[in-house]
This record gives sequence, C-alpha cells and structure tokens, in this order.
Amino acid sequence: MHFRKGCMAEAGLTASALITGTAVAAIFIFLFLFALPVFTGGQGLAILSGEWSPFKGQYGILPMLAASLCVALSALAIGWPLALGLCCGIRGFLPRPLGRALLVMLRGMTAFPTVVYGFAAFFLLVPIMREALGRGSGLNWATASLVLALVILPTMALVMDAGMRQTEKSLRLTGAALGFTREQTLAHLVLPACRKSLFAAAALGFGRAVGDTLIPLMLAGNAPQWPAMASDSIRTLTAHIGLVLATDSNSAAYGSVFVAGCLLLLVNVAVQLSLRFCLKTGKTE
Amino acid sequence: MNKPGLHLLRAAVWIAALLVPLALAALTGVLVVRGAGALDVDLFFGGVPALAAITGRIPVWDGIWPACAGTVSLLALTMLLALGPGIGCGIYLATCAPTRIKAVLGFAIDLLAGIPSIVMGLFGFTMLLLLRRTIAPQASASLLLAACCLALLVLPVLVSTTRAALEALPLRLHLTGAALGLGKWQTIRHILLPSSARGILGGVLLAAGRAAEDTAVIMLTGAVANAGLPAGITSRFEALPFSIFYRSSQYRDALELQQGFATTLVLLTLSLALLAGASKLQRTLEQRWQGTRENY
Repeated sequence: MHFRKGCMAEAGLTASALITGTAVAAIFIFLFLFALPVFTGGQGLAILSGEWSPFKGQYGILPMLAASLCVALSALAIGWPLALGLCCGIRGFLPRPLGRALLVMLRGMTAFPTVVYGFAAFFLLVPIMREALGRGSGLNWATASLVLALVILPTMALVMDAGMRQTEKSLRLTGAALGFTREQTLAHLVLPACRKSLFAAAALGFGRAVGDTLIPLMLAGNAPQWPAMASDSIRTLTAHIGLVLATDSNSAAYGSVFVAGCLLLLVNVAVQLSLRFCLKTGKTE
Repeated sequence: MNKPGLHLLRAAVWIAALLVPLALAALTGVLVVRGAGALDVDLFFGGVPALAAITGRIPVWDGIWPACAGTVSLLALTMLLALGPGIGCGIYLATCAPTRIKAVLGFAIDLLAGIPSIVMGLFGFTMLLLLRRTIAPQASASLLLAACCLALLVLPVLVSTTRAALEALPLRLHLTGAALGLGKWQTIRHILLPSSARGILGGVLLAAGRAAEDTAVIMLTGAVANAGLPAGITSRFEALPFSIFYRSSQYRDALELQQGFATTLVLLTLSLALLAGASKLQRTLEQRWQGTRENY
C-alpha cells in the first residue's frame, strides 16, 4: 500500500516537472512559430530595417531594439554603481544600524510594483524634467532610465550582497590577520574576490531593465525613432508590444510584435547564459 | 586598491546611501501626500452602501471595489493553477531528480524566470489566436487566460523557494527518516515537508506578490478599465495595477486623479504586506534550522 502511494507521489512530482519544462518549451516554440511568417511572407528581412513608418508600409523594428538596449544600458550605468555603493555601505563602510536599515529598505523595494514607480514618477519626475529641459513633454529616455535604475536596483544590490556576505565570511580571518579594518578587508580582499557576483548582478539587472514594460511605456514617450539624445522620446520593444496589441491597430503591424517578442526572448537567453557562466549554480535568484 | 580608489568607493557609498532613500522617499511621499485624502470608504465603493456593493447587488462605477475583487479572484485562480506544478517541481528538484535532469530543468526554470512579463502576455495572446483558429472560435481574452499566463510567470518563484526551503534542511532529518525505516516518499511526506512548510508558504506569498503587482501580462490578456465585478472565469475583469496604469493617462478631474494616487497606496500596501508575511515565515524557518546545520 505504502509502496504504491510512493510510486504515485513520485509520478505526480515527475509530472509537475514535465509540465514546467513543457511550458518553457511551448513559450519559445509558439513565439518563434508566430514570428516565422513575417520572414517567409514576401517581406523577407524588411522587418529588421531601420525605419518604422506604417503609412509607407515600412515596419522596421530596429529603432525599438536600439531604444531597448539604450534605456537598459543607461539604467544599468546609473543603478549598478548605486547598488555597489549600497552594498559596500551595508557590509562595512557604514555603521551597522544604518546598514541594517538600508538592507530592510532594499528588501522592501523588491515588493514595490513597477506600476507604482511609473505612476509616482509620472506626476513627480516628469514635470521636473519638462522644466529642466525647457521643451518637450518630459517623457523621454532620461526620465525612463532614471526610474528604471531605481526599479532594478534592489535586485542587483541583493545579488551583490549575497555574494559579498559569503565571501566576507571566508575572508574575515585573513583580514584580521593582516591587521585590516572591516572597511579595508572589504575594499582589498572581498571586492576583488567576488567580482563574479558583481558581474552577475549587472547581467540580472540588464535582463530586468530590458524586460520591463510599464516604465518605458509610461515615461519614455513612445515615439518610434532612433535614440540620439537623452531628451529624445523613444519606444522600447516591450512598450511596442503593449502599444500595438492594446490599440488593435492594422494587422500588418502584428507581425512586428512577434518578432519583438522573439528578440526579447533571445536577449533573455543571452543573459541567462552569461549568468550560468559566472555563477555556476543551478539556482534562480 | 590604492588610496584614491578607497576614497572614491567611500564617496560612492555615501552618495548611494543618501540618494536612493531620498528618491524612494520622494516617490512614496508624493503618493501619500496626494492620495491620503482620498483613502476612505468612498474610494472603494463610490457612494454605494458597502454591503450591497460587496454582494454585487448594486454595481460600483466610481470606486475601486471591482478592481480589488478582480485582483483577488485573479490571485486565487493564479495560485490554484500554479501551486501544484510549482511546489511539485520544487520537491522533485530537491529530492528525487537525477543530476542530469536537475541541470536541464534548472536552466529551464532560470529561463522562465527571466522571460519579461510582456512576453508572457504575448504568449497568452498567441494561445488565444491559436484557439480561435482551431477548436474554439469564440475564445476571447478572459480571467482564465490571464491567470494561466500569470501562473507561468510566478512558477519559477514557487519552484526555487520550495527547492531552497527543502535543500536548507539539515542532513540529520534525512537520516532520521532512514533510521525510522521510512521509504523515500514517507520521509518527504512526514519529515521533510512539515519541517520546511513555513519556507514553502513564504514562497507562496512571494509568488502571490509577484502576481498581484504585474500589469504587463494582464494588459494583453483580458484586463479592462470598466468591467464591474468579475462575472466568471471566461469574462474580462478589472485589476488594481491595470486601473492605476489606466488612471495615469485617462483621468477626467482632480478627484479621479486623487483616487488614482489612493489606489496606488492600496496596491503598495497589499504588495508590502505579502512581502512582510513571506519574509517573516522564511525567517522563522531559518532560525529553526540554522543553529543545527553548522554541526553537520
């Protein structure tokens, strides 16, 4: 009786693992299948051209890809040093109670819904940006990447912190033997030793930033053009998907949505592979 | 690291430690200042008597009650769909998966965790197109479709927290099972699962938080601005995050805007409460086993 129960339970567990695996495969297969007609349907590679002007029948999504990468990289450039600063503060540069308070704040920030950031920034930061630039609507690359930096910050900081805590534990005695203060141990021993988790934090943050929809959709202005200046209004791949599907526009634009989805999937695969490469553990965050 | 480097790092620490809390305080401050005034019964029920509104006898048009009900039913349906596969897969990975499968499945879960939520919504949209072309021409965006996509989105959270909770248990407990002559499944069922239950429950709350805040998925799979109370799992619905997104661009007067701010406060409270519950549960689990783990 118990033997049979055990068999059934194991079958159940295997089945749930199978469901999960199948779901992942299904997402990839479906999106690529739906994107395929865009390439085989006469237009060829026109979808990857550099211009988006539906009235001329041109549906190139390269400007959106560029916008996605630009917003994500600039958010990373703002957010990563801040995350590193916070982590160093928590692990030794700041008084312990202050560090503990910062850690609690970071944990809390992981629960902040992105739509809340978007909403608050829409009414606080956007008017400031409009004033500061003196022209335009304040919905632009700079606004979006500032808020996005704040969105991806807790993820990055917590990954860094986990890595640093591990390394600090094993290097504390070494530091003490060298007569280092906690600050010196951190700067000279711990930071160089956990270079990999610093890189992993950047990769993870980049993945989150590329994949975020609400912040660019609400704050970046959504004009499908090549990003040139920080005050330019731009449209990311994620915002493009949301806009085209939400407005039910002409079906010719539909194809570009699936191609955009596939591009985002490919970016995700690249991020995960680089994470694998630098962490070498089979765990998610 | 040389001396200027150390100074630079120290400067970065202070800048970050001042700037980030300041930015966060400014953003939440603006929500509280402009939304706190509208946080009352009218925000939820829009002038309709509370009891009549909750039971659905009188439809609510000016309040966020339909959105709250939509979010709650969406959460319930999502967790119903995700709990089985999520926890099951987590247990499988932690206890009985062969090494090779562990590596492959672990990578698949990582990939799933990294898929942007809008792409998950797009996947739901393609499923809908497929259903329309094949077996169900009447299929439309609905609560069920949104819940399916959200379930996929939160699945990796469930899997990895369950797996971590089980793997954090001390070896002692596995040995206890063997010493009592229990089989593999009996050890899992009677010893390992009860000991890690709090951690798993914490993961469930985390997953619920993820599902409650997501906007991009439901935007493509059935959330609308005016649907009233959810009529069934095949109808469209309202949800808190979507109504916030909608209010940011489509408000008619100052009162609606103020209600938008108050709605963000409600959603923020819900998310933070779920997180607080999750971390409390996980902390008690850690405290219970951390001391004993060092000895083995």
